[in-house]
Amino acid sequence: MRRAVVVRFALLLLVTLFLFALDVFKGSVAIPLDRIFEILTVPLEGLQKSGELATAYSGERDIILLFRLPRAVTSLLAGMGLALSGLFMQTLFRNPLAGPSVLGINAGANLGVALVILIWGGAAGGFVAALPFGMKALVTAASVLGAGGVLVVILLVSRFIGSVTLLLLVGLMFGYLANSLVTLLIHFSAASRVQSYLQWTFGTFGATTWDDIHIMLPVVLAAVVLGMFLIKSLNALLLGEEYARSMGVAVMRIRMTVITAGALLAGVVTAFCGPVTFVGVAVPHIARGVFRTADHRIVVPATLLLGGAIALIADIVSHLPGQGGILPLNSVTALLGVPVVVWVLMRNRAGRSYI
Amino acid sequence: MDTSVIKALCIDTGYRHGFRSTKRISECLSANLFTGEVVGLIGPNGCGKSTLLRSLCGLQPILKGALYVGEKEIAHMSPIQLARKISVVLTGRVHAGHLKAETLVSLGRYPHTKLSGGLSSRDREVVDRVFSAVGAEALQYRTVDELSDGELQKVMVARALAQEPRIMLLDEPTAFLDVTRKVELMELLRNISRTQGTAVVVSSHDLDLLMRISDRLWLMDEKGALHKGEPRDAEFARLIRSVFHIPAHYSSSIS
Repeated sequence: MRRAVVVRFALLLLVTLFLFALDVFKGSVAIPLDRIFEILTVPLEGLQKSGELATAYSGERDIILLFRLPRAVTSLLAGMGLALSGLFMQTLFRNPLAGPSVLGINAGANLGVALVILIWGGAAGGFVAALPFGMKALVTAASVLGAGGVLVVILLVSRFIGSVTLLLLVGLMFGYLANSLVTLLIHFSAASRVQSYLQWTFGTFGATTWDDIHIMLPVVLAAVVLGMFLIKSLNALLLGEEYARSMGVAVMRIRMTVITAGALLAGVVTAFCGPVTFVGVAVPHIARGVFRTADHRIVVPATLLLGGAIALIADIVSHLPGQGGILPLNSVTALLGVPVVVWVLMRNRAGRSYI
Repeated sequence: MDTSVIKALCIDTGYRHGFRSTKRISECLSANLFTGEVVGLIGPNGCGKSTLLRSLCGLQPILKGALYVGEKEIAHMSPIQLARKISVVLTGRVHAGHLKAETLVSLGRYPHTKLSGGLSSRDREVVDRVFSAVGAEALQYRTVDELSDGELQKVMVARALAQEPRIMLLDEPTAFLDVTRKVELMELLRNISRTQGTAVVVSSHDLDLLMRISDRLWLMDEKGALHKGEPRDAEFARLIRSVFHIPAHYSSSIS
């Protein structure tokens, strides 16, 4: 038993590393492998000393260090963050379709971003990274605040609603509300701004700079550490809130911690990558399926690795060479995620429980 | 010496809805539960048996009165403190299909393990012991959705035992079991109580069975009032018949 788990984790780790490397090595500009290794391993100072090399490499250097590497790191972090957020929500709400996009958390983040882009205007590009620093900070803050705002309302409501299913429905309603506000905003906005905003909603892992990663990384890491502390309680919650409480879980406090961590993850990732769909919902199911367990001591690390791996796959597919441009990320994640969700629903309909 | 592990002094049970409105199920219930005894809780459907059980273990705050678990008032106990004293088996199937029986039972160690949730060698011993106590050693490595109702119920009882409680509360644990499993489970509860001194309250509609294994009975009538008696008391049997509206010629089953 234990051996099989270790072997699967080792394989998964290898696959994730391979995908990460692939994401860095492949792109619209072909760069030989050995040169990529050189760029990654030899510091700039060393190159400058050897004269003409520096100038010859500078273009490729920029492609690797300023585009592909941050894109791969962003894919990894975003995938981990969204998947962990989805796992938190699914266990807390004991619902196979829970995830950051349900509960209105993504929609809240969406509304925050829409307010900033549509009212103040996203000057260039529309993606967060293309904005001037002030705007970027504003969009990030708005996204986290939007997610957090919906979250606070849900937490307030949860004090009066015992049933998590009802809470989930309330979250859904907030999602619709936020989306309708966004639609209203679009209706009254200039076409160019709408264009910027719509581009953001397609989602991408390729618009982040190292500065953005300096914000994403600590948040994702903090949530992962928090997740490690939650494992024991998450396992108890598998039997339902009542059993959890009877075994000594401070349910209200755990509920708040789980939702806060989930919203932070979803809010930050959404700010930088757009509202990326299906990763959060689908990955925890794949993790449970691959390891054939619901035990969070295994599912939490598995979800993190698989989340990173699947986000990397989605990124690689959206950048497949020879298609002249980048596919919208959300269409790729939907292609990967929808079959998983349908599979889970079919299995659930057969009378088996899903988590 | 007072060996009562639960002492309820004129408690009101019920629900709080929203801000103000409350739904009172029972008023001014008083009861004592003693170490090592099995109490059978009986009464018509919807009279408030589940509410009483849920109130006794702190899942549903009492609306009035005082409820002591050991020497402490329940309102002043943390969830962990309470979980070390009382464990429950609730009605309804748990939905944790992918979970292995072994993992499910070791969740019962929750109030005894550290923050990481890792099991010590003593925790593992307890888990093994409770599996053999309920006669479910063969089920350890099966997952929940591979278990029949009877098997799952055994595993849930094992989980409750793994908490090493002074008190076990079971809400209709025999509801979906066949006769053999019903007898098995009830005998098991009685044995646990005899050998480990655990106080057990078990609600059930299997009156006959409950009569055989219980030391005392709590009878709840339709108004939510609690009557206390002993299984072999003829007077009490008459009261049971009247609460359940059982005609006299059916009396053989309630001896």
